[in-house]
Amino acid sequence: MEGAAALKRYLVLENAKVFEGKAFGANKDVIAEVVFTTAMTGYTETLTDKSYAGQAVVQTFPLIGNYGMATEDFEGDEPKLAAYIVREWCQKPSNFRSEFDIDTFLKKHNIPGICGIDTRELTRIIREKGTLSGMITDSLDKVSMQDIKSHRLVNPVSKVSTKKAYLSKGTTSDFVVAMLDFGLKKNIVRSLNMRGCDVWVLPHNTAAEEIITLNPDGLFLSNGPGNPKDNKEAIKNIAALMERKYPTMGICLGHQLLALAHGFQTTKLKYGHRGANQPVMHMPGKMVYISSQNHGYAVVGESVDTNVAEQLFVNANDGTNEGLIYKNLPVISVQFHPESCAGPLDTMFLFDTFVKMMKGGRYAT
Amino acid sequence: MPKNPSIKKVMVIGSGPIIIGQAAEFDYAGTQACRALKEEGLEVVLVNSNPATIMTDKDIADRVYIEPLTTEFLKEIISREMPDSILPTLGGQTGLNLATELSDSGFLDKHSVRLLGTKVETIKMAEDRQQFKDKMLEIGEPCIASKVVENYQDALEFAREIGFPVIVRPAFTLGGTGGGIAYSEKDLEEIAPNGLRLSRVHQILIEKCIAGWKEIEFEVIRDSKGNAITVCSMENIDPVGVHTGDSIVVAPVQTLTDKEYQMLRAASLNIISSLGIEGGCNVQFALNPKSYEYAVIEVNPRVSRSSALASKATGYPIAKVTAKIAIGYGLDEIINAITGHTYACFEPVIDYVVVKFPKWPFDKFVRAKRLLGTQMKATGEVMAIENSIEAALMKAVRSLELGIYNLELSHLKKLSKKELLQKLHVIDDERIFVVAESIREGVSVDKIHEITQIDKFFINKIKNLVDMEESLATGLDREKYIKAKKMGFTDDVIEKISGDKIEKPIRSSFKTVDTCAGEHKSVSSYYYSTYDSKTEHETKTGNKKILVLGSGPIRIGQGIEFDYCSVHCVWALQEEGYETIIANCNPETVSTDFDTADKLYFDPLTPEDVENIVNAEKPDGAIVQFGGQTAIKLTKTISRLGVPILGTAEKDIDAAEDREKFDKILEECKIPRPVGKTVFTKEEALEAAKELGYPVLVRPSYVLGGQGMEIAFNDYDIIEFMEIINRVKQEHPILIDKYLLGKEIEVDAICDGEDLLIPGIMEHLERAGVHSGDSISVYPPQRIKKNFQDIIVDYTKRLAKALNVVGLVNIQFVLYEDEVYVIEVNPRSSRTVPYISKVTGVPMVDLALKCVLGKKLKDLGYGIGLYKESEYKAVKVPVFSFEKLHDVDTSLGPEMKSTGEVLGISKDFGEALYKGLIGSGLNIPTENANVLFTVRDSDKAEAVEIAKQLYDLGFSIYATKNTAKRFQRNGIPAKVAAKIGTAQPDILDMLQARQFDLVINTPTKGRQTERDGFKIRRKAVELSIPCLTSLDTAAAVINSVRRMRKNHKNSIVNITEI
Repeated sequence: MEGAAALKRYLVLENAKVFEGKAFGANKDVIAEVVFTTAMTGYTETLTDKSYAGQAVVQTFPLIGNYGMATEDFEGDEPKLAAYIVREWCQKPSNFRSEFDIDTFLKKHNIPGICGIDTRELTRIIREKGTLSGMITDSLDKVSMQDIKSHRLVNPVSKVSTKKAYLSKGTTSDFVVAMLDFGLKKNIVRSLNMRGCDVWVLPHNTAAEEIITLNPDGLFLSNGPGNPKDNKEAIKNIAALMERKYPTMGICLGHQLLALAHGFQTTKLKYGHRGANQPVMHMPGKMVYISSQNHGYAVVGESVDTNVAEQLFVNANDGTNEGLIYKNLPVISVQFHPESCAGPLDTMFLFDTFVKMMKGGRYAT
Repeated sequence: MPKNPSIKKVMVIGSGPIIIGQAAEFDYAGTQACRALKEEGLEVVLVNSNPATIMTDKDIADRVYIEPLTTEFLKEIISREMPDSILPTLGGQTGLNLATELSDSGFLDKHSVRLLGTKVETIKMAEDRQQFKDKMLEIGEPCIASKVVENYQDALEFAREIGFPVIVRPAFTLGGTGGGIAYSEKDLEEIAPNGLRLSRVHQILIEKCIAGWKEIEFEVIRDSKGNAITVCSMENIDPVGVHTGDSIVVAPVQTLTDKEYQMLRAASLNIISSLGIEGGCNVQFALNPKSYEYAVIEVNPRVSRSSALASKATGYPIAKVTAKIAIGYGLDEIINAITGHTYACFEPVIDYVVVKFPKWPFDKFVRAKRLLGTQMKATGEVMAIENSIEAALMKAVRSLELGIYNLELSHLKKLSKKELLQKLHVIDDERIFVVAESIREGVSVDKIHEITQIDKFFINKIKNLVDMEESLATGLDREKYIKAKKMGFTDDVIEKISGDKIEKPIRSSFKTVDTCAGEHKSVSSYYYSTYDSKTEHETKTGNKKILVLGSGPIRIGQGIEFDYCSVHCVWALQEEGYETIIANCNPETVSTDFDTADKLYFDPLTPEDVENIVNAEKPDGAIVQFGGQTAIKLTKTISRLGVPILGTAEKDIDAAEDREKFDKILEECKIPRPVGKTVFTKEEALEAAKELGYPVLVRPSYVLGGQGMEIAFNDYDIIEFMEIINRVKQEHPILIDKYLLGKEIEVDAICDGEDLLIPGIMEHLERAGVHSGDSISVYPPQRIKKNFQDIIVDYTKRLAKALNVVGLVNIQFVLYEDEVYVIEVNPRSSRTVPYISKVTGVPMVDLALKCVLGKKLKDLGYGIGLYKESEYKAVKVPVFSFEKLHDVDTSLGPEMKSTGEVLGISKDFGEALYKGLIGSGLNIPTENANVLFTVRDSDKAEAVEIAKQLYDLGFSIYATKNTAKRFQRNGIPAKVAAKIGTAQPDILDMLQARQFDLVINTPTKGRQTERDGFKIRRKAVELSIPCLTSLDTAAAVINSVRRMRKNHKNSIVNITEI
């Protein structure tokens, strides 16, 4: 198949399972947490989604790179994932916007890839054993099982958040939104900009006082990688900001941090939700929407103090928490990605809701 | 929302006979729906005129009516059954139209029957062009811009507005004369005025030209609460312009970025939500490959062929979910039956690719126009699942049973590069092979794309296959071998191209179709083969395992009836405690539903693919006799692999097919057959025909891929047929048999090795000369005397014994001058098994299977010998799809042409015949009709009788000069219609002016007249004027006209009470 002239490359999992495939992308050894995504389109967005920071991402769909890559589809300026695992990558992409193939992209950003492996078997291993670490290498001699087993992703947010605050102007400047960047996807900012919001994108550790001086109409907590509990400073800041009763919305990690700031619990899921087909039930109207997701941790639904917040969305498949609405504050948060990119546009309305909240309205869809 | 408690009894309307554009997919959908309704404890009333369907089984619905699908009959059934609801969205366009008509007439309101699922207004809106366009405009979804204009200035203005190129279509000109594509104002200046001049009403349609745009489909589903999801996206390899049923389709879409994909997904959901669809729905888009511009082409507000494909491609049971939605459930309340623990309210994701390839009838209809366009021509389709486009495409191609195993057609090899380039412009069934051949000849991917507009992504995939061929041709090594296997090459092809022997063949592994790309555990055992190290198939029940081979794509001569038999075989095996494994590649069928057998292997039915399955499963036995010729052909492979063939043994199957061996058996049994000879050359054939005396039947002894049999009436015919047959080098002799023009009789029997049971004898209404599948078949025989019936039973016994038949056997006889001859023996199930099972109440497949497993008929409760005659008469009437296939002669002969059939059942033969004819869609005139006769000389005497009867009924008779004279001499005041080209108006003009309501044309042999006859028959088909090509059929029709005139009240029969 394509890329066959390439060198051999291996994926060694912490349970000692070895996959032999072919090399593509950069020539580099990495150890990373291996996660799979089931989305069938949107690999460009996946590759540039900072929430994958430090992870080796497996695409369950076998043909990747078919339509090449277009810079305008990037969700982050550069890729933060550790490695990319596909069954087959397309050497001759075809799309009117395509600028380069995925191999060129990965090489440019020094990210190794492995192709030609049985990605379904790998997915099933992750499903059965839970997320595990693995090493991607060109030589089995270099493998240390000890290193793989002890691998931990440490505070990845600091590596992907913006270092400096910047302003992204809206189509009109009806509102000012303060956005804490934990590894945000650009479409969150775009979605707010096109709704007339000027967005101040702020480093993840920006102090509450500093945010207050911006005098924002609303607060937004972005998505991001890793264990939410690692972000102790951010949690403290968020708790402090709650007293200002800003209309607030959180997505993914932002959702988890809000929950932690209110004293609720988060937990690591066995193998997470990653894909563009996750059904979430909107509890008020009991309607189901299809959502884009990428998370390994979740808010524990039972830990939510019902005097403080209620479940706004629940995963229709496994019943895990997918969103919260706070009772005495204008605050909502969702575990999934309403900004899509990649993924369905079904829950885009949540951005309108947020804007309405800034206008002083109550949550309503 | 839970189930609506006021729904208790639901009527489901089927789609009727199999025709091009409406095939087995509706049996699959209807069957799934009925089962879903019964699962909910509802009483189900099923109506369908097609007896070969599984949905018309007692086990599927509570009350089953095999009656004509007309409002008249439906009203009768509703009045008797008093259902509270009708589910109309699962019976194709036929079901939908009938329900709409019933609703419009106020009949449903009057009887307090509600229509479940999508509302009638919605259905109408989706189908009315203008209303639909207005609605799309209203909700902001673009349609293909078009406008009717009456002068050049308006044409120009509109063209400027929508942008060039534009298509100019003159209104009311035949075949689009005077139209064309204008790429510039200059072009338009030429085309538009010309089009206006040619149009009778001085109008032209200016339409945005979207040639070369991608065709993308979404299968969507919505519940009454408003939850809406997309089940599957599909991309046609052929750009817009080829009917999706004739397109090679890939799922999911391959060449769209997420932005393009989400744009169209959101549009699909916007459309079904705005229309208020409740259930499955199909939305088709055209997408500009160079921008985000798109247009909605069509919305099917019901379950369709694409839904069947999407269901099989993803594992998501659209029909079942549609049925549950119709009775009130929300998507979030319906369990996903594949995973067993998630809900139907999610979007399936897949981790493989699917290729659908159409099965066209051009191998049968060698003279038909092969061009593809907006009129669908395929009779069926195959689906292939693999991990790459290359391998899926290769699987699809070999699933077609055309004797090809890679993208190569031998006759294209002879073409030069220049000829290939020209042929690339032609959009026909061979295009993908032409693309491959062009690549072999060095045409660049860019050039092919420029001509065909096929996305380069797909052309490059084909190039990868060609590159692999070239690499193989340089010799084989292990790494290359494995790579070739992963690309879908079979061992035979690899050995042939490389010239090397494969040392250690590798066998495939199997992966599961689970709707979720492995994210969740699944309970289904729906597999496809691929070349990975890890295989997923598991033993399910621990019982003995039996492999049942299915029947592949629906084609002329092998239709849905074999799926009926395969499915019944599976069910009977399960009842007997076996673990069942089914192998098939047809996505339209019930047999490929994931919960029909314990395990489903969705793979091609070729020796190597079957070997892979056998290697994985190691079944304890295999059954080939229910899957038609497709399965029978695999007998040798199965035996070679050491798997016992259950039922009639391999050597006996061979004996029935091998001319010499079979003749010997007939001799031993002292059963006469028409005399015949074997020849090789034209000269020998002429000699043989002379000796036997015309007419003779000419056919190759091994029929491969198409050239069938023909009846020769003279030397000229022999010369022509021999030339056609010998175009392909024949390794086996050609058979020339005396053709006996007698009465044809057919028998299906069940044998246990000792005794046999004949559920019934069938008689063909047309005399010999018409293929059994194309003739009207009558049970029980109306014109065969008892003593001949006894002889038939006796011969059947002798033959079954001699051939050691265990299971089913089908024998065809001809009764000629008081002598019974055997024409053919098929040691397998046949086309007539479903219908005879239903009419006689003898569960033939079930009994046959029990015999196969070693039980004895004596113990099975249905006795032995000829089964008691039913009090019901049943008439099976063939249905054709001639209007879809240009240049196909509609006259009937020894080569089968029908695509489907209907059944008429009644205690009264006349009524059964009438129902059959009406059910077949024959538009029988009853009053003041004009009838045209053009009959061959030998039929003239008999034609007088027919004409007289019609005349007595008050019809006006027209005929060509000589025939008219003869009629006149016999007291029939026939009018003369001028032969083609001899006067104005001639017959064709008169047909065109719709001066005839019925044509009776018996094909003449002889060159000029044959061509005239052909033109008349084609013209009649195109104008939907009934055209009968046999006087026997004409007599039957007259019978029915009389009946209709007497205004008989129709009786209806619930066949579950037979």
